[in-house]
Amino acid sequence: MSDTQLVVIGGGPGGYAAAFFAADSGIQTTLVDMELNPGGVCLYRGCIPSKALLHVAKVAGEAKHAANWGLTYAEPKIDLDKLRTFKNNVVGKLVGGLGQLAKQRKVTYIQGKASFLDAKSISIEPAGGGDAKKLTFDHAIIATGSYPTKIPGLSLNSDRVMDSTAALDLPEIPNTLLVVGGGYIGLELGSVYAALGTKVTVVEMTDGLLPGADRDLVTYLSRRLETTLHKILLKTRVTGMEEAKKGIKVLMEGEGLGDADKAQTFDRVLVSIGRRPNSAVPGLDKTGVKVSDKGFIQVDAALRTATPNIFAIGDVVGEPMLAHKASHEARVAVEAIMGHKVAFEPQAIPAVVFTDPEVAWCGLTETEAKKQGRKVEIAKFPWAALGRALAIDRPEGVTKLVIDPETERVLGVGMVGAGAGENIAEGVLAVEMAALVSDLKLTIHPHPTMSETLMEAAEVFFGHATHVYRPKKK
Amino acid sequence: MATELKLPELGENVEKGDVVRVLVNVGDVIKADQPVVELETDKATIEVPSNVGGTVKEIRVKAGDKVKVGQVVLTLDEGAEAAEKAAPTAPAASKTSSATAPEPASQQEAAPEPAPKKEAAPRQSSKPAPVVDISTGRPAAAAAKAEPSSTPVTAGAPVGAAPSVRRYARELGVNIGDVPGSGPGGRIGQDDVTRYVKGVMTGARPGATGVARQPQLPDFSKWGAIDVKPMSNIRRKTAEHLSIAWQAPHVTQHDKADVSGVEEFRKAHAARAEKQGAKITVTAIVIKIVALAIEKFPQFASSVDMANESLIYKNYCHIGVAVDTPAGLLVPVIRDVDKKSISDIAGELTVLSQKARDRKLSLDEMSGGVISITNLGGIGGTSFTPIVNQPEVAILGLSRTATEPVWKDDKFEPRPMLPLSLSYDHRVIDGADAARFLRFVADALEQPLSLYL
Repeated sequence: MSDTQLVVIGGGPGGYAAAFFAADSGIQTTLVDMELNPGGVCLYRGCIPSKALLHVAKVAGEAKHAANWGLTYAEPKIDLDKLRTFKNNVVGKLVGGLGQLAKQRKVTYIQGKASFLDAKSISIEPAGGGDAKKLTFDHAIIATGSYPTKIPGLSLNSDRVMDSTAALDLPEIPNTLLVVGGGYIGLELGSVYAALGTKVTVVEMTDGLLPGADRDLVTYLSRRLETTLHKILLKTRVTGMEEAKKGIKVLMEGEGLGDADKAQTFDRVLVSIGRRPNSAVPGLDKTGVKVSDKGFIQVDAALRTATPNIFAIGDVVGEPMLAHKASHEARVAVEAIMGHKVAFEPQAIPAVVFTDPEVAWCGLTETEAKKQGRKVEIAKFPWAALGRALAIDRPEGVTKLVIDPETERVLGVGMVGAGAGENIAEGVLAVEMAALVSDLKLTIHPHPTMSETLMEAAEVFFGHATHVYRPKKK
Repeated sequence: MATELKLPELGENVEKGDVVRVLVNVGDVIKADQPVVELETDKATIEVPSNVGGTVKEIRVKAGDKVKVGQVVLTLDEGAEAAEKAAPTAPAASKTSSATAPEPASQQEAAPEPAPKKEAAPRQSSKPAPVVDISTGRPAAAAAKAEPSSTPVTAGAPVGAAPSVRRYARELGVNIGDVPGSGPGGRIGQDDVTRYVKGVMTGARPGATGVARQPQLPDFSKWGAIDVKPMSNIRRKTAEHLSIAWQAPHVTQHDKADVSGVEEFRKAHAARAEKQGAKITVTAIVIKIVALAIEKFPQFASSVDMANESLIYKNYCHIGVAVDTPAGLLVPVIRDVDKKSISDIAGELTVLSQKARDRKLSLDEMSGGVISITNLGGIGGTSFTPIVNQPEVAILGLSRTATEPVWKDDKFEPRPMLPLSLSYDHRVIDGADAARFLRFVADALEQPLSLYL
């Protein structure tokens, strides 16, 4: 008899979702994580704290914007400790809640670090010290997540060079900040610091921000970021970093880079160039579990590894490294353990960038369709024609539908604008349900909301959108 | 770092086996290709070799264990290559000589072992399935089973079915991509899946397997005590094979041959044959005659491919001989019968029959036949209707030679008559040809010189 039927290693959104669902399904479950309560990167130093801070940044931005509407506020006095406490309280409430949920479900929660002894047992070093305990299991789910990547060859041991975790802790409001990496983490955190008063420079290796997202969506965001951030340097890479007297001296190289930019000193640097999977679980080599060259644990469609009783989910198995992917994979893995015939087979995993304006997309992007050589039709509705957008004085934005011309099925949805993130879920549902453009068009959307843009974009496809004149080309 | 030796692919449709014995000990230094474990799979006992050399570190199986393809059998130290490289796909132990076993569709690969090439199925790849990234589409059945991928499936080829419908299909074992959708834009609803499954089950539509479903069994214990015994490997494999084999349209034709001449020949040559180490039997003689018959009637050695509307004629002559063993029915194959003498055939038959009874036949030794012969005469019987050994199209059965009155000229004479029963697949062979074939065999037995006319 094993000590536990299921052990979940890692208590992030993948791990705790798996543990809770397994317990709900009657499986005796143990959850191992190094923190006091479940939560993982998402709760402790990712999704949640960043959104709390981004909300504050948005308020600061709107307060400034309100001058246009007759409400003139003075520059805010920023109490960094109070801001940090607010953020920490949000995290504390949520992770405490997760701890409660674990107790309610009788999930055995062990705060410690797990190592594999073989494919049927682990050794857990308790976080508080003490002897390691052995735990035998029938099944295991590895949900160890990921860690921020460092710039290869440029690791500088300095407090002033931060990763996302350090940046979220708000050590100070620097005068100048260099964000290395123009992906969603860098842009979100950069926006937070910009709203707090920092002069933020973003440096990105490729020729555009948010590589992977459709260019037409990103354009709306870059236009706005050009006004809120100090500088955006594209096609540029960091080639050297060193401690200087009052900051970090950074050397950069890029096409058309001005001399002034080639060598600059910044108060602080945020390195956000990506994340790597935490597949180097001690003892994994004793289990038969296979890891790919890129460091992801290899799994089949039911999230089963090369060793039949061990599963893996979340960031550690592959892209996209998103919490909601992990939590859905968690359910599939638990169902597979229960012997159900299941597979993780979503047609659309949404992605949201919580900058202002937000960018959100799901399903097949126009970029991906081009890469596949797949013929698609695009229908776009500009938010400048949308009542709600003008009413909140945020006309910049667009909603686009990626449509299969043969079947008229909605293959993908992209949105950029204020609140795009909250509206993309309808797009995901449309793609998953194999909705046709007509379905979107014929569904009554409430007025005046941003969601109407989905309906109107569907109308654009047929050439008779009410609020924008775009007759269909014959 | 220990290298793991996993049970390699063992042959078409073979996924598991029972460990008969472990051939090495912890601490032994072994070479690549050295057999490490003896395994019983389906009907054959095979020796599984290690694909790398090294010192045996840990043995993870023992006699009596049930093991699956891909399962770790033992670990080795200092095995330089990773376990992924060139895992053998068939036992290297028995290398029956044939160089003429072609595989219609396969490419010759430069892999070192000759044995894998003789496996029946052309589609069986003899290199291990590489890690498949299944995010780009549906994986091949074999690959999906064994190989994990580095990225989970995301939006590959979009399927026009809602998540609940996809799940429903999966639960029923249906590939959602095969279901025609009746909704707008070809959308697949739950009804479409249900309709598809109904079609498969009632035979209106070809499903994954052509096997009829089992009717509901009654509760036999209602009428008295019962004893449930699980099928042995051989029984199970025989049952599975025949479930498909019997579906060919069978006709059995019977004839009799006067074997008085054969008996005299056997007695006269018994001594000489014994010196060559062989016992001339009627079976051995019939095998040789059938080889000659196939030359004259090549369709009896063909196979039928209904899907491609063609007949596959074989330019080789390997004949299967049914052997009754305590464990069940096994059919070893004698290769190149056309090139062998009756003594050779008799000798080989003796060896193979003993191997069959000792459970030492390899899968290779039981495949590649173009026609089969089954002799129940040693036990008894006047005639029977053997079932064609799919994918062959004919099988010749022999029953007990009995002295019968035969009308010769103007009176009855006692004659030893050997009953011949030829079952054949009527899709390929017509009655007239079957009668001619059988007459040829009978004539050859009665008047051997007629073979040269």
